[in-house]
Amino acid sequence: MSGKLLQRRAERSGPKSYEHLLEVKDVHLAFKGVKAIAGVSFHVDDGELFAIIGPNGAGKTSLFNVVNQVYEPQQGDVRWKGESLMGLKPNQTAERGIARTFQNIALFPHMTVIENLLTGRHVRMRTSWLAGSVWLGKAKREEIENREIVEDIIDFLEIEQWRKYPVGLLPYGIQKRVELGRALAMDPELLMLDEPVAGMNLEETEDMARFILDVQDELGIAVLLVEHDMGLVMDIADRILVVDFGKPIAEGTPQSVQHNPNVVKAYLGEEVETV
Amino acid sequence: MRGRPLLYTSYQADQALLNTTTKKVMLGLLLLVVATIPFQVIPGLDFLGSDDWLRLLSTTAIFVVGALGLNLLTGLAGQVSLGHAFFMGVGAYTAVWLGGPEDAPLLGLGLPIWIWLPAAGIVAALIGVAVGPTAVRVRGLYLAIVTLGLVFIGDYVFRNWDSLSGGAQVGRDFPPLQFRLWKEEEPLIDFTTPGTWFGVEVSGLAKSFFLLVTIAVVFTLLAKNLQRTRVGRAFMSIRDRDIAAEIMGVDEFGYKLLAFGISSFFAGISGALLASFVVRVIPERWDLFLSVQFIAIILIGGAGTVTGAILGSAFVVLLPRLVGDFTQWLQSVALGEGFGSAIANVFVATTPNDFGLVNTFAGIGPGLSVAQLNLVIYGLLIIGFLIFEPLGLYGIWLRIRNYWKGWPFTY
Ligand SMILES: Nc1ncnc2c1ncn2[C@@H]1O[C@H](COP(=O)(O)OP(=O)(O)O)[C@@H](O)[C@H]1O
Ligand SMILES: [Mg+2]
Repeated sequence: MSGKLLQRRAERSGPKSYEHLLEVKDVHLAFKGVKAIAGVSFHVDDGELFAIIGPNGAGKTSLFNVVNQVYEPQQGDVRWKGESLMGLKPNQTAERGIARTFQNIALFPHMTVIENLLTGRHVRMRTSWLAGSVWLGKAKREEIENREIVEDIIDFLEIEQWRKYPVGLLPYGIQKRVELGRALAMDPELLMLDEPVAGMNLEETEDMARFILDVQDELGIAVLLVEHDMGLVMDIADRILVVDFGKPIAEGTPQSVQHNPNVVKAYLGEEVETV
Repeated sequence: MRGRPLLYTSYQADQALLNTTTKKVMLGLLLLVVATIPFQVIPGLDFLGSDDWLRLLSTTAIFVVGALGLNLLTGLAGQVSLGHAFFMGVGAYTAVWLGGPEDAPLLGLGLPIWIWLPAAGIVAALIGVAVGPTAVRVRGLYLAIVTLGLVFIGDYVFRNWDSLSGGAQVGRDFPPLQFRLWKEEEPLIDFTTPGTWFGVEVSGLAKSFFLLVTIAVVFTLLAKNLQRTRVGRAFMSIRDRDIAAEIMGVDEFGYKLLAFGISSFFAGISGALLASFVVRVIPERWDLFLSVQFIAIILIGGAGTVTGAILGSAFVVLLPRLVGDFTQWLQSVALGEGFGSAIANVFVATTPNDFGLVNTFAGIGPGLSVAQLNLVIYGLLIIGFLIFEPLGLYGIWLRIRNYWKGWPFTY
């Protein structure tokens, strides 16, 4: 990927004063008595690809919503570079450098690909309503600079031909890519991907896996991946956490997790049942 | 050498407001036509220069300012507000308090237009931001109801605050479109009386027309710029998917409040200009019907587009006039002879007690008044556009353009 975003990577890699980039500590979340998360802890380090897997309803998406402060857990803490995120608004988690894609695509359907990606740039831009409406030199410059960054991302994701379409009109696989692009546009330090290959065919899945690995390798962005597709996760994750019914049942490298009896029972067991 | 059409060699060129030659030429022509309207020099369009039409076109320009405001709030940020008339009223009464004559018993400080006009916008915006936190906490229908409440509160206050509004059904004169440096007797520029500009005779109406069109153009540019930069995208993201917008870093509450404030600013300016242009206005002017007209403008014109706000304004301002003319014509047919007369008779009353769908004899006999007929037509059009053409007149314009261009499959 070209210049502008790589530059940011160099700027980021200074000495750090924190232990873990993201740390989730003993989170409990219940909806009207229904336990969605029951004591989950994990951490993600800089540049790492950490995956969370587990059957449907295990509480994976809820965990993302807790990190983003969309849901307020009854117990536990979420720390970003050593500081608690608890009590912040979702947009403040974005300002700190946490980006996200959604299990059910949540793009802005009436806006074009470019506009969606530029909205991702929102946290990295400054133009106020006043400067924007008079199109002062600075507003104009910022607009063009960010357009260039967005075009870099469009090139990277190979979606040039769609750039001026309202995203609501695009095919599902392309929308998934645009959503990744919007998250990348935020220039995050942590990218949370909620089932990025759900509903994709083999070829689309391979493309997406390549993009995710590129994001991690070339841009040095840490990735927190939630995925149902066991194969993909085993291939690309550095470490894996397995959850079932809101509870962590195993954590470790792909190999260690794969052979963990709990996992075989909970996760693969379910697979066998559904076949 | 001419390049490939629509091949932009820089993002700057692509992002320019007028990014095609066609757009530049069309806009140039349009400005030329507008500038010559009062002089009635273009054959076929000379009727537009009559006093009557200059009044309608000036009113359209004033409505454009208000519509652009509501478009930011409803079209871009997705917050349906029925309170626009209230903020227009606030603007108008701010203008008259600051700019009205100093003699008692009515409130007035005799200040010049460069104070009362911006102040009209600012006070409306401040009130918008003050009531905003209550309004933006609720969504959809509830927001419509809360803002509807504003219109009723405003209506009550305006009708009963006699020293400000002149009293129910009475009203008062609003400060005219005259530019003074301070409180001197002779205005520096008087946009209401005839005079010579650059050696050319211009009527008072022509002068107001030029002033109001200029203001409308300025506000159009402001709205368009806002829409295509960071804040405009934040508004649209909230409209399209509010939780995702927040997770992308858009402060939903803050931007809704901002949309409310900016929209109220536009409304305040529009209200002050409307009152000033009409001269004498009764407090009942700022009623629900006015709000509905603006909703109609947005929906008929095409929500979320600046072009739609302009087309919609022209449509809504000109519609009553067309309906009025049409009713008159029907009446003349009905009073005539033959089959046409019998049909026309069903639709229009020829005497006060005659039956007809439309009855022009105010307040008596069965049938709708022309004003009521307008309301019905707005209603039908809103429903029609919502169901069949959500992009409004703008959508129809797009279709016409696409027919020629094959959009969006261009290269
Ligand atoms: N907003 C909500 N209200 C009520 N229950 C919810 C809500 N979000 C999630 N849940 C429940 O929490 C549990 C975990 O859901 P989720 O986090 O979506 O699981 P996963 O993403 O692992 O499939 C499920 O039982 C689900 O029904
Ligand atoms: Mg999920």
